[in-house]
Parts: sequence; structure tokens; C-alpha cells
Amino acid sequence: MTPDHQREYQARQRSRAKVTALILGALVILFFFISIAKMS
Amino acid sequence: MSPAAYATAQPLPADWRDFLALTKPRVMTLVVFTGLCGMLAAPTTIHPVLGFTAILCIALGAGAAAALNMWYEADLDAAMKRTRNRPLPAGRMGRQSALHFGVGLGVFSVLLMGLAVNLLAAAILTVSILFYVLVYTVWLKRRTPQNIVIGGAAGAFPPLIGWAAATGRIDILPVLLFILVFLWTPPHFWALSLFVRTDYAAAGVPMMPVVAGPRATRVQVFLYTLPMVAAAIAPWPLGLTGSLYGIAATILSLVFLGLAARVSMSRIEDQALMRDERRLFAFSILYLFALFGVLVADRMLLA
Repeated sequence: MTPDHQREYQARQRSRAKVTALILGALVILFFFISIAKMS
Repeated sequence: MSPAAYATAQPLPADWRDFLALTKPRVMTLVVFTGLCGMLAAPTTIHPVLGFTAILCIALGAGAAAALNMWYEADLDAAMKRTRNRPLPAGRMGRQSALHFGVGLGVFSVLLMGLAVNLLAAAILTVSILFYVLVYTVWLKRRTPQNIVIGGAAGAFPPLIGWAAATGRIDILPVLLFILVFLWTPPHFWALSLFVRTDYAAAGVPMMPVVAGPRATRVQVFLYTLPMVAAAIAPWPLGLTGSLYGIAATILSLVFLGLAARVSMSRIEDQALMRDERRLFAFSILYLFALFGVLVADRMLLA
């Protein structure tokens, strides 16, 4: 296969990794505030 | 094999936008809205963070059900013009990825609802996901023209979940809202399926217009609208809402009834000319948004 295919493959992996990181970060913040809400 | 060689030997991984498309975001907006209204109409308040979490869980649960629906129906979607560009039939994603995504999202939404909000809301969310996937998608959709009548219950759960999230119990008003959405689904979907029936016929889905024909479907649209109107107005005489909701529900329901009556009298066979059906379909969406919006406004005025 071509270098173009490889570039596209890696670009997809990068964008998925970024979105996953964003979601995990948002969940950390959400769980923090849920814990605070449950304690109050 | 080097990482580069391995990568080039593999099909492209699905884009994150394809995973988002699996959740049917447009359908989700109505689900989230009715769930939010069910929560806001409740007599007790919920901590804003927990309220947000409950709505998030409803959205994730609906997304999970939609993903599992697309996983199971990839063959049907490929046969219909309206759906053939979805991630699975278009070949942008493997079926196993869709299955894992749907199951994972569904389990996560239920666990989060149970741990952060309450067990009753989590239980109803579980029932709604399983109902949509197993009862509607797997059991009914390919077998009977009554598929969306019974399957419509799955879309009626969100106001019940929203109310249960806020109060921890189920009362008459959310049950009436459940019945309202349940009875709203047949006229809404049959209006749509009237003007896309060749698509359903091509895919072999026994929707009412395909099996019974347009004329019988139009009568059914009108017949289901009658109890729907009763369910929509019922909270007012029962003293569950004020006159703001009562008057708005009456006016909106009469317009719906008028449009359904026009559809029932129509004899047009050409799908491209079915203006009454398109009008009813478009108004049915506005109707539900408006009704739930007015309900919340009314309940806040009463409080």
C-alpha cells in the first residue's frame, strides 16, 4: 500500500487518540463534581 | 512486520465522527429534550451536577441503543437510500467495532446513572435500551407492521427517567407523558413511512404502508391521533398542570388532529406529491417539543 494510506491511517489514530483523551479528561472533571455533589 | 508495514496492511480505523454518527445525534436531541423536561417538571429539585449527569446518561443510553440498532440492521440500512451512507453500510467501520461501542456505551450509561443518580432511573434506562434493541430492533421490526406501535415505547421512556432521576419515584404525570409519546410515535412514523415507503419496501421492512397500503395507514394515523390528543390534554383536567399547559396542549393538539384528518382524507399515491404527510411529520416534531416546553413553563409557574 502507499505512503498516503499510511499517513491517513496514522492521522485517524491521532484524531481518535485526541478525542479519547478529551473524553477521559471530561469524565475526570465530571466524576470530581459528582463526588462533591454527593458529599454536599 | 514493522509498525508502518502493519498499518498499511490494515483497513483504515473508523473515524471518531463515524462513532458519533452511530449514536444518531439528531434523534438524541428529542430524547434529551423530553428527558430534561421530565426532570424539570418534577416537583422536587435535583443537584445541577447530578441533573446534568442524569441527562448525559439518558443521551449515552439512547446513543448506545442507536449504535446497537445500526449494528443489527446494517443489511437493512444498505438497502435503503435514506440510510445507506451510515458508517456500517458505507464500509467506514467494522461491525465488531459498532457492537463493542454500543455495548460499552450502554453499560457505562446504566452504571453511571445507578452510581451517581439513583437505581430506579438506572433500571428504567436499562429497560429502555433493552426494549429498543431486543423488542423493537431484533424482534418486531422485520416481523410486523405494528413494529413502531410497540417499539415506540422505547422512545417514551426518557420523561419517565428524567422524573425518576429527580424524585426517585414514578407518578401519574410522567406516566401520562410516557403514554403521550407512545401514542405520538405511530402517527409521526407512519407519516414519514408514507412518503418513503418505496425505501422500506426495497429493504423488506413490513412498515404499515408497505403491508396494508397508504389508505389503511392514513386511517390508522388519524385513529392513533385521537387517544394521543386525549393523553396530551389529560394532565390539565386531572389538575396536574395549570391552564397555560391546558390551553397550549388543546390548541397544538387540535392542529395535529386537523393535519391528521387531512392526511386521512388524502388519496395521493405519488410520494413526491405527499405534502400533507410531510406537513404532519414536520409538525409532529414541533408538537412534541412545544408541548414539553410548555409543560415545564407551566409547572414552574405552578411551583
